[in-house]
Amino acid sequence: MVQISLRNEADEARHSSGLASIAADLSSDQRAFKNVSWGKAMMWIFLLSDTFVFSCFLISYMTARMSTTVPWPNPSEVFALEIGGTSFPLLLIAIMTFVLISSSGTMAMAVNYGYRRDRVTTAVLMLATAALGAAFVGMQAFEWTKLIHEGVRPWENPWGAAQFGSSFFMITGFHGTHVTFGVIFLIVIARKVLRGDFDTGRRGFFTSRKGSYESVEIMGLYWHFVDLVWVFIFAFFYLW
Amino acid sequence: MAHVATHDSAQHPIRLYLVVWGWLFVLSTCSYLVDYFHLQGHLRYSLILLFMVLKAGLIVAVFMHMAWERLALVYAILLPIGAVLVFVAIMVLESDYTLLSRTLHPGLL
Repeated sequence: MVQISLRNEADEARHSSGLASIAADLSSDQRAFKNVSWGKAMMWIFLLSDTFVFSCFLISYMTARMSTTVPWPNPSEVFALEIGGTSFPLLLIAIMTFVLISSSGTMAMAVNYGYRRDRVTTAVLMLATAALGAAFVGMQAFEWTKLIHEGVRPWENPWGAAQFGSSFFMITGFHGTHVTFGVIFLIVIARKVLRGDFDTGRRGFFTSRKGSYESVEIMGLYWHFVDLVWVFIFAFFYLW
Repeated sequence: MAHVATHDSAQHPIRLYLVVWGWLFVLSTCSYLVDYFHLQGHLRYSLILLFMVLKAGLIVAVFMHMAWERLALVYAILLPIGAVLVFVAIMVLESDYTLLSRTLHPGLL
């Protein structure tokens, strides 16, 4: 009986379209996100909350930069890299951007191969993603070291407004932390994929639940989000 | 909608992801060139925002599969972002006011 009524309501919700489908889904007294598993829905909701966190950082940076009477250091010069006597503006940042985008590309492909149940290709692509992510964090560490040697501190810097340092360390630091955690979880999930956990139904060490290849997609959502945040940091902090 | 609801992301050809990857490279190069050629003023800011929005849209729609999700989830995630824009507007007004106060009364703040 319960099964039948569940199916009827789901059918009803599936048949409406546009705004009516949203009203039907949300008022259906069951699960609002019909074909979305709880794991995926929760990752989306977590990412929404993380969006607010990064928004707050970027908005406070905007407020500091707009309201200071001291000139803001020119990021194009601050982040320039000198190679063979020629100075390239933002070179390292551009390379970091391409590395992170590439890692998103390999991740998207890993999700696809996961659903095709191609264990080895999925795991290799995920490990490639992790390697690119680790390379990104490495370049960020290099950038931090360079800036700290040049005298940038959260409370002062040689070129202008003091808030530059605090904004820089806070925003890129928080983003780098996200990348680092992403790399760790990529390796964890890649190991599960390679071992065949999602084919044999082996239970997870922490949750004792059987996983599925959807874990790869959920991991991918987080990883693409990290790339997404970098798009905004690149535009607002480095280019503006 | 029925088609969208039953969409299976395993059906996407790998080529789709490679094309999006390529476009993200092109758009990133474009935004880098904005700085490289020292574009200034409104042109600079509008180009930065344009490339940023295009890149973000591609990542969310294709890589994160948002284009194939049900509308209820899409709206639940995207609508709250509007609150961020309101927050931005509030803080723009606030910073203008702070800057004005700091300019008019240099010794005070």
